[in-house]
Amino acid sequence: MSLINKSAAQLLAPIVSNKKVGQYHQIIINIGDLATLCKPGNFVAINVGGDSSSMILRRAFAISRVSISSTFGGTMEIIAAPHGQGSKWLCAQGEGVVLDIVAPLGTAFGIPTEPVPVLLVGGGYGSAPLFGLAEVLNARGCRVDMLLGASTASKIYAPMEGKRAVNSMRIYTEDGSMGQAGRVTDPISEIIKDLDIAVVYSCGPMAMLSAITKITDSHSVVHQCAVEEAMACGIGVCMTCVLPVENEDGTVSMLRSCIDGPVMDGSKVQWDLVGKPL
Amino acid sequence: MTAIDFSTTIGNTWFPAPTFTASGCASSGRELAQFFPLREMGGIVTKSVMSKVRTGRPTPRMAETPSGMLNSIGLQGPGIDAFIAKDIPYLTEQKARIIVSIAGETVEEYSTLARKLRSVSGISAIEVNISCPNVENRGLVFACDPEASRRVIDGVRRTIGGELPIIAKLSPDVTDLVSIARGVVDAGADGLALINTVLGMVINVDTMRPHLGGKTGGLSGPAIRPIAVRAVYQVHAAMPNIPILGMGGIASGKDALEMILAGASGVSIGTASFGNPTAIMKIQNDLKQLLIDRGFTSLKQAIGYAHRLETESADA
Repeated sequence: MSLINKSAAQLLAPIVSNKKVGQYHQIIINIGDLATLCKPGNFVAINVGGDSSSMILRRAFAISRVSISSTFGGTMEIIAAPHGQGSKWLCAQGEGVVLDIVAPLGTAFGIPTEPVPVLLVGGGYGSAPLFGLAEVLNARGCRVDMLLGASTASKIYAPMEGKRAVNSMRIYTEDGSMGQAGRVTDPISEIIKDLDIAVVYSCGPMAMLSAITKITDSHSVVHQCAVEEAMACGIGVCMTCVLPVENEDGTVSMLRSCIDGPVMDGSKVQWDLVGKPL
Repeated sequence: MTAIDFSTTIGNTWFPAPTFTASGCASSGRELAQFFPLREMGGIVTKSVMSKVRTGRPTPRMAETPSGMLNSIGLQGPGIDAFIAKDIPYLTEQKARIIVSIAGETVEEYSTLARKLRSVSGISAIEVNISCPNVENRGLVFACDPEASRRVIDGVRRTIGGELPIIAKLSPDVTDLVSIARGVVDAGADGLALINTVLGMVINVDTMRPHLGGKTGGLSGPAIRPIAVRAVYQVHAAMPNIPILGMGGIASGKDALEMILAGASGVSIGTASFGNPTAIMKIQNDLKQLLIDRGFTSLKQAIGYAHRLETESADA
């Protein structure tokens, strides 16, 4: 077998529940034993629209959490925003609907071997996979602090139970409608110094990830970010989701965010070159 | 299951099944190998490789469209040397049947690529991609120019010698596909791959600019299938003895059968694999059953069956 996509399987998986949480949908899917292979950072690619759909491509969602319970067996949770035609279809599917999924895909967040202080930064519903990550980091003994940001209150995703695994959670909205007014990147520099942060984990829009990298680079702190780039296949064959990333020899390659990511070393991504010809 | 001879031949090469990946839609196989054994399909057509490392076009490279998608990759790839060193041994180890797709910017580059592949063992055929729409300059699409197409194939044929089958991949974006097909066959192509993507564009109405980084892209998926069926039908009618690898939006066994009936000796599955990594295996199995259901005892009986005279019955 190949090393690429090595844990991935295609599965028909029923929806266990679909709940509206603010502007988002929390969808729980029964995936059986596959749950044991999913790690924070991995994503799932889901067929949308049914058999006669004109939407031919899967939609990728970060796996925000997996759990293994006696009632449902293994399940995964995704947080979806009904923005496009495909995600609207998915958010309209109820309990019992069987989804065609491929998972787990992509790289996972690296977990420190030592219990070091870490900072998690989420933009919009990009915060979703950070809660599952927080639980793993907490179990490793890390002090976990979290910053969430969005343009406005309704776009913040912060479930109550998500606070259990974090030491502190601060919210920033650009319009000041929730938490503090400002950008989520504003306090990062100070927190890194005050708490002696060793690793920053982030997930959210490209501009946020780029801005965080400037800060972490200036402090020589590791930045593991989960990127969002439009994908056609999610399994590495189509070459559409590429990002310019610096190689060890200093050259830059277009790496696929589906198999070389979504979790990447922020300091290696050439943010200024995204969307430009190499 | 009733016995059926499901095999096909392209030039002098025999394949146990008529189902292949489409170039550019399966990379070099490693990604799909997690989902099914590569040796179980007819063969893999690898992503068109050029002589040097190529980074491709800027992002965005993709736009989903109704029943299709536009791509603007620009032949990103490792270059022929790394491909021969890393990908061929992997595919050979997997016991996959390999059709290597090559692409060049000049007639000479194609010949250089053929020279490098000449001594490589384990290759079943070479696809000469003269129709990628995602090159820097639309003028570089050889397949839109009958004389340039002929020169590329002639150069590859002379370099490679008479052994390895050559399949020319053509564009549907031409006024007279049959004459271009005839030209490349006269120049030494053993088979034809029909069709490459259709040139298209999407404009983002928010930014009010072309959505793709490369502005134009190649349209693929079920949206272009009738164009592909027409192209295969026309070329098969003109040259019934030339094997055609039919492709363009095949997403089901029924779609594959349609292409075979139009005159294809084999089919390539491209965009369908993006939406479903096991699409090719399902299509292969369903096509076999559909042929059996219609009373065919071999795939070869069904090739071009839609061309039969109106007085002939529908019985196979």
